[in-house]
Amino acid sequence: MKKTIAGGAGSAAGFEVALPHPRTSQPAPALTRFLENEGLLAAVLLAPTVLLLSLFIAYPFVMGVWLSLSSTSVGNPGEFVGLRNFVKAWNDSIFRTAFGNTFFYTFWATVFKLVLGMWLALLLNRHFRGKRLVRASMLLPFIVPTVLSTFAWRWMFDPTFSVLNWLLYQGGLITTKLPFLSDGTYGLWCAIVVNTWRGMPFFAITLLAGLQTISPDLHEAASLDGANGWHRFWHVTWPLLKPVTLVVVVFSVIQTFSDFQLIYVLTGGGPANATHLLATYAYQIGVATGLLGEGAAISLFMLPVLFIVVWVQLRYLRRLEGA
Amino acid sequence: MVIEKRWKTWVFFYIPLTVFMVGTLFPFYWMLITAVRPDAELYRSWRAATNTPFWTLQPTLEHFRDLMAKTTFPRWLWNTFFIAVASTLISLFCGLLAGYALARLRFPLAGTLGTSIFVTYLVPPTLLFIPLADIIRNFQLGNTPWALILTYPTFLIPFCTWLLMGYFKTIPKELEECARIDGATRFGAMTRIIFPIAVPGILSAGIFAFTLSWNEFIYALVFLSSPERKTVPVGVVSELIRGDIYFWGQLMAGALLGSIPVALVYSFFVEYYVTGLTGSVKG
Repeated sequence: MKKTIAGGAGSAAGFEVALPHPRTSQPAPALTRFLENEGLLAAVLLAPTVLLLSLFIAYPFVMGVWLSLSSTSVGNPGEFVGLRNFVKAWNDSIFRTAFGNTFFYTFWATVFKLVLGMWLALLLNRHFRGKRLVRASMLLPFIVPTVLSTFAWRWMFDPTFSVLNWLLYQGGLITTKLPFLSDGTYGLWCAIVVNTWRGMPFFAITLLAGLQTISPDLHEAASLDGANGWHRFWHVTWPLLKPVTLVVVVFSVIQTFSDFQLIYVLTGGGPANATHLLATYAYQIGVATGLLGEGAAISLFMLPVLFIVVWVQLRYLRRLEGA
Repeated sequence: MVIEKRWKTWVFFYIPLTVFMVGTLFPFYWMLITAVRPDAELYRSWRAATNTPFWTLQPTLEHFRDLMAKTTFPRWLWNTFFIAVASTLISLFCGLLAGYALARLRFPLAGTLGTSIFVTYLVPPTLLFIPLADIIRNFQLGNTPWALILTYPTFLIPFCTWLLMGYFKTIPKELEECARIDGATRFGAMTRIIFPIAVPGILSAGIFAFTLSWNEFIYALVFLSSPERKTVPVGVVSELIRGDIYFWGQLMAGALLGSIPVALVYSFFVEYYVTGLTGSVKG
């Protein structure tokens, strides 16, 4: 022990003792020397993070896997039942619906967010008066608590007092009210609309940051060569923007795929369990009904998709670092 | 600049941008107008001839008064604020130290640790809330603010670490080396030279973390049970709806007041927030 301290001390620590500044309160010399060792300092610096993350991520993860293989419910420790929970979920028609909904919801919401977010980013990339204010207000849906803004949407979709129905009716587009949240298919599309509304600013602002790194000279050159707006986007902007886009899409897919609060507030999974996602159904079984084992199994069905997405992301990051 | 005709600018720029603006902001306007509309006007037939849906002639603060006086809303605001600040501080502390270690120090397992912290960043809370609820119960933390103060960092620390690591990498190494030659310890160089330079990065990470914890929902929903312990999002969802009845005026007042603190923080630090947002994906 003593040897490592002496070895790691180096001349800097020796110097310190000789400094004529007794006023500045230094840590005890032993500790100082201890922290001069790069490895030990790293261990000390990383300890709180590793501790918290293993306690509240790694441990719950292991525990979740165990729960999913057991018949645990609230107040009942349960026993090992193998894959029975997974089989049971798979044979459950509500689960099947939730499973399908999750993919449907993620796919369409991501497509809309990407297309509209890209469009908005291109608009915001121009110079105009009040640009900062416009950009700042565009981000509002993203920073306001999702639950609270979803309530505003729920009120806008209200079966009796919907302002959207009013607008469509006054505009002569409909003659009877649209059943926004009282029909499963409509309900899921409404959720996709709200998710798009909320997530689009994130796409727009990150893509805008990407756009700003593209030199205007490239566009200038392309337009001198006779490229029109669409060609300039497709052959100049898009290839350069692809890396940022991939990362943003990955983040968004993870968040949308595991979404809970939006559906919980907007439809609560209803009507007749038609709009559940994996997370809301896991909540209904695991927390509302108290079947912890089955609930844990349902949420673990998210894992393969998340795993693939994370793997793509990591591979991509490696390639970036390698380049 | 590429020069365009005037009508083209309108069709391809002003009109789409206006549509985007209206679409983005209309729900907030609707929130506000509902919150100040008297009940009699709120629940009126949508085909009534006297309907003025987009404004009101008798604005009222009654919904706000009821919310502040008759419900535990002020308490929820305080809970949310306290929890968000505490978990942000913990996450900043951990993320600052970990980010520095990963960006600057050479040690075995550095790569593996960096990757695993990044992977935890991508683990969504909805994957873990059921086992975590069990763990919280076992630790006797259920229904206390600590249940959230200790679990929010699980998604905040990876983000802060990632962001600050990126920030530290942009600070030239020579600064530290100079300090070390002048006799500073490794630890001293870190706390007195590098951390002060990193203040903008710390601010970005802090603002972003604060808004994330203010918005968190599922952990707060599952871990807290008594009405006076709840946070704003959970309280509004579970306590302002009595039975099956939605008091929309009060709900929208609550949604508005619950959004204002985070919107204020955001509006003061937009640039830092945007840095945090874009940094969160670039690393």
